[in-house]
Amino acid sequence: MAAIDFSHIAVEMSGITKKFGDFVANEEINLTVHRGEVHALLGENGAGKTTLMNVLYGLLKPSTGTIKINGKSLNIFDPNIAIKNGIGMVHQHFMLVESFSVTENIVLGNESTKSFGILDTERAEEEVVHLSEQYGLTVDAKALIQDLSVGSQQRVEILKTLYRGANILILDEPTAVLTPQEIRELVAIISNLTKAGKSIIIITHKLNEIKQMADFCTIIRRGRHVDTVKVSEVTEEELAAKMVGREVSFKVAKEKQNPGEKILDIRELYVEDSRGVMVVNGLNLQLHKGEILGIAGVDGNGQTQLIETLTGLRKAKSGRIEVLGKNITNLSPGKIINKHKVSHIPEDRQKRGLVFEFDIAENMILESYFKPAFSKRFTLLRQNIYKNAATLIEKFDIRPQDATVQAKSLSGGNQQKMIIAREVSNEPELLVAAQPTRGLDVGAIEYVHQALVAQRNEGKAVLLVSFELDEVMNVSDRIAVIFEGKIVGVLDADDADEKEIGLLMAGGTA
Amino acid sequence: MNLTGSKMKKLLLTGSFGLTLISILLGFLVGAIVLLIAGFNPLEAYWAIIKGVLSKPKYVSYVIIYATPLIITGLSVAFALRTGLFNIGAEGQFIVGAMAAAIAGYFIQLPILLHVPLCIFLAMSAGAVWGGIAGHIKARFGVHEVISTIMLNWIALYLSNWSLTLQMFGKQGTGKSHMIQETARIDLFGQWKITEAGIEFIRSHKVLGDILKSPVNLGIIFALLFAFLMWYILNKTTLGYELRAVGFNPDAAEYGGINVKKSIITSMSIAGSLAGAAGALQVMGVSHKIAKLAIMEGYGFDGIAVALIGNNTGPGSVFAGLLFGALKYGGAKIQDAVGAPTEVINIVVGTIILFIAMPKLIQVIFKSRKG
Repeated sequence: MAAIDFSHIAVEMSGITKKFGDFVANEEINLTVHRGEVHALLGENGAGKTTLMNVLYGLLKPSTGTIKINGKSLNIFDPNIAIKNGIGMVHQHFMLVESFSVTENIVLGNESTKSFGILDTERAEEEVVHLSEQYGLTVDAKALIQDLSVGSQQRVEILKTLYRGANILILDEPTAVLTPQEIRELVAIISNLTKAGKSIIIITHKLNEIKQMADFCTIIRRGRHVDTVKVSEVTEEELAAKMVGREVSFKVAKEKQNPGEKILDIRELYVEDSRGVMVVNGLNLQLHKGEILGIAGVDGNGQTQLIETLTGLRKAKSGRIEVLGKNITNLSPGKIINKHKVSHIPEDRQKRGLVFEFDIAENMILESYFKPAFSKRFTLLRQNIYKNAATLIEKFDIRPQDATVQAKSLSGGNQQKMIIAREVSNEPELLVAAQPTRGLDVGAIEYVHQALVAQRNEGKAVLLVSFELDEVMNVSDRIAVIFEGKIVGVLDADDADEKEIGLLMAGGTA
Repeated sequence: MNLTGSKMKKLLLTGSFGLTLISILLGFLVGAIVLLIAGFNPLEAYWAIIKGVLSKPKYVSYVIIYATPLIITGLSVAFALRTGLFNIGAEGQFIVGAMAAAIAGYFIQLPILLHVPLCIFLAMSAGAVWGGIAGHIKARFGVHEVISTIMLNWIALYLSNWSLTLQMFGKQGTGKSHMIQETARIDLFGQWKITEAGIEFIRSHKVLGDILKSPVNLGIIFALLFAFLMWYILNKTTLGYELRAVGFNPDAAEYGGINVKKSIITSMSIAGSLAGAAGALQVMGVSHKIAKLAIMEGYGFDGIAVALIGNNTGPGSVFAGLLFGALKYGGAKIQDAVGAPTEVINIVVGTIILFIAMPKLIQVIFKSRKG
C-alpha cells in the first residue's frame, strides 16, 4: 500500500462495454489503477474479467468506452500499441519457446544485434541479468526454458514484459500453477515491482491471494461492475458474497468419523505416461471406508496417470491395486466400474466425462445402459431411462430441468453435477474425484465439496486429487502428498500445516 | 491424413434437412449455369430428366432398380459414420458380397425359400469379414480405416477378377461367371414374363405391363428393411447406444466401460455386411452373374455421397439413394434429348455435395441476403 502514488492514475477504463453478438461480456465497467498499486479483478468463471483485460491489452476492441493510460486517451486496437504504452500481459498459459534460453525468450522480437544482424547475446544477457537483479526476479539467464520450473518460467514471462518497458502488468491467474513456496516468492516479486512504481492487475478467483497481494479489488459479476473495494477493509467472506451474489460458506462442514475397513490398497505401483516415461514410481496408498483421502501435489507428478490406472484407462507396468481385497490391476474400465464398484469423476469432464451430443438422460446411463433397469433383451427402455434422468435432475438440482437437453448446452457447473449424479447413483464403494472443482465457481465448488462429504458420511471411500491445496486441506480427512510419482508423506488433515505440505509438494522433507 | 479424416467426419456428421434441400437446389442451379455456358438450354435438359424419370411407369421402376444398391451402400457408409468411422471400403465390400452371392447362387442347389436367404447371408458375411478386417486393423494397430479400406477395395477387385479365371466358376473367354440358379434370383415374375401368358399380360395391361418390362425385383424391399433396421439398431438398442457413444466421444465411451475396440470392429462389420448385401442383391436381382472389373463400378463410392446427402440416417439414405438413382437414370437421357453431355449430372451431384459439406457458406449466403 505504501507504494501507491494516488496522484498518478496509470489506467483509467471507463464505461467499457463489450458485446459478442447479443451476448454482453462487459457492460459499463470502470476500472482505475494508480501507479504502484496492485489491483485484483475478481469474478466467477465467465464473469468477464479476461475479456476486460483483453480489451486493455488490445486483443479485443470494446463496443463502447474509453481507455486512458497515464492520463492520455488511447485507442488500443492491437497489442503493439498496448506494449508501446507500457502495458504487459502474462497469460495463464505461458508463451515461451521451450528450446530457447531464458535470454533468447526475453529478447524475442526485440533482439539487440551487432552488424549484419548477428545477435548480440552477451549484451542481451547482461541486460537480462541487470533487470532480474533490479526486481529480485532470480533466474538463470542462460538456462533453457524446458529445464525450468513453472515458477521460474513465470518469472521469465514477467521479465519479458519488463524488458519491453512495461509499467502496467496484467497477470492472468498467476498462481494457478504454482506451489505455495512459489506463490510466496511471487508475492515478494510483486511487492518489488510496485515499489519501483509499476502497477499490477491480477485476474483471479482465489480470495486468499487477493488478501495477500492486492490493495484494491474490483468485483465483476456477469459482465457487470459490482463494486471496487479496499482489500484491507473487507473479509474473504464478503468478497465471495459480492462475487457470487449470495452468502457462501467456505468451511466444509463435516463430523469427525472413524474410518472403517480398508477399501483401496495400492502397492508398489509403477506406471508410464504416453511418452514412455515412468511417472508413477513405486506408489503405495491405502484408503478406508468412510474417509476422504486427498492427494496434494503440483500438476504433473503422476496424478493423472495414477487415476487412469486406478480406473482401468491405463495399464500399470507393475504393482498391484486391490479394492476390498480383490485385485483390479489392469482390468477393463467396465469391470472396475461394475464389478468392483469404483466410480470416477474424471479430471477432464468434456473429454472423458460426457458425451456432449447425448442428452442428459443418455449421459446418465453411460455406465449402466445394459442393466435390467434400462434395457431388456438388448432394447433400451426409453421410459425408464428418462424417468431415471428426471429423478436425478430433481435430486441433484441440475439445470435446465429437462432430460432431453444435450449435455453440451449445460454450464460447466451443471455438467459436473450431471457427472456427480451419475457416479454417485452407481452406489460405489470407492469414489475417485479428480480435480472435481476445476473451472467451477464458488457456488458450484461448495456443492461439489458437500457431495463428496455426503459420500464419505454414507461410508464410501473417497479419493480426492486436486492441485488446489486449499481444497485438499478443507475437504480431506487425511492428506497424501505426491511428488514425482511417489507418496512422500501422509498427514492427518487436522494437524496438517500448509507450509509442511508445500515443502513436501516441492520435493523437500518435512 | 488423420486430421483431414476427422475434419471430414465432422463435416459429414453435421447438417440438417433444410440445408440438404438448399444444397440440392444450388446443385441444380450450378448445373444449369454449366449447361448454359456449354450452349444448351438447361430448362430443356432438366425437363428431359424429369420426363425420363417420371413419364412412364417403367422409368420409375428403373429408377428404383438403379437406386437400390446405392441406398444400401449409402446405409453402409452412414452406419459407419454414425459410429465415427469413415467406410470408404463399401466398394470392396460390395464386390466380395456380389462374388459370394454369385458363387453360392451358382454352386448350391436349394429351394428358393432357402437359397435366397442363404445367398444373402453368405454375401453379408463376406462383406462383414471385409469390413471387419479394416475394423480389426484399426482397433489392433491403429491404422486409419480410410487407408485400409482403400487397399481392401483393390484386393476385393482382383480377388473377384481372379475367381473368374477358375474353370469351374468363370465362363472361359467371356470374363463373366456362370448365371446363378433360378432359385437364387429375386426377380419378380422373371420366368413367367417370357411365357406366353406373361407376354400377353404385359401387352394387355398398360401400367403393370410397362413396369414388368424393367427387371423388377425384390431388392428395394430389402433396402427399406435395412434402412429400418439401421434406424432401429442405432436408436433403440444397447448396441446402438454403444456405437453412437463411441462415434461421438470415444474417450468418454472408454471411461464409461464401453469396449471401444470391439465397437470399432462391430461397426465396420455391420457396415461391411450392408455393402455386401447390396452386392448380392445386384447379382440376384439384376445381373445374375458377376463380370470382370476393369475399374471400380462405383456403387460403394456413390454410397458415400448418398450417406452424405442423406445426413447419415436410414430414411435419409433412402431419399438420397432415390435422388441419386433418378439422376443417374434420367441424366443418361439428356444426351439424346438435347445433346448435352451426361457428365453434367456429375457436376450437379458434385455441387450438391460441395454445398452440403459447406454449411457455413450456405448460412453466409442466406444471411447476407436477409441482412
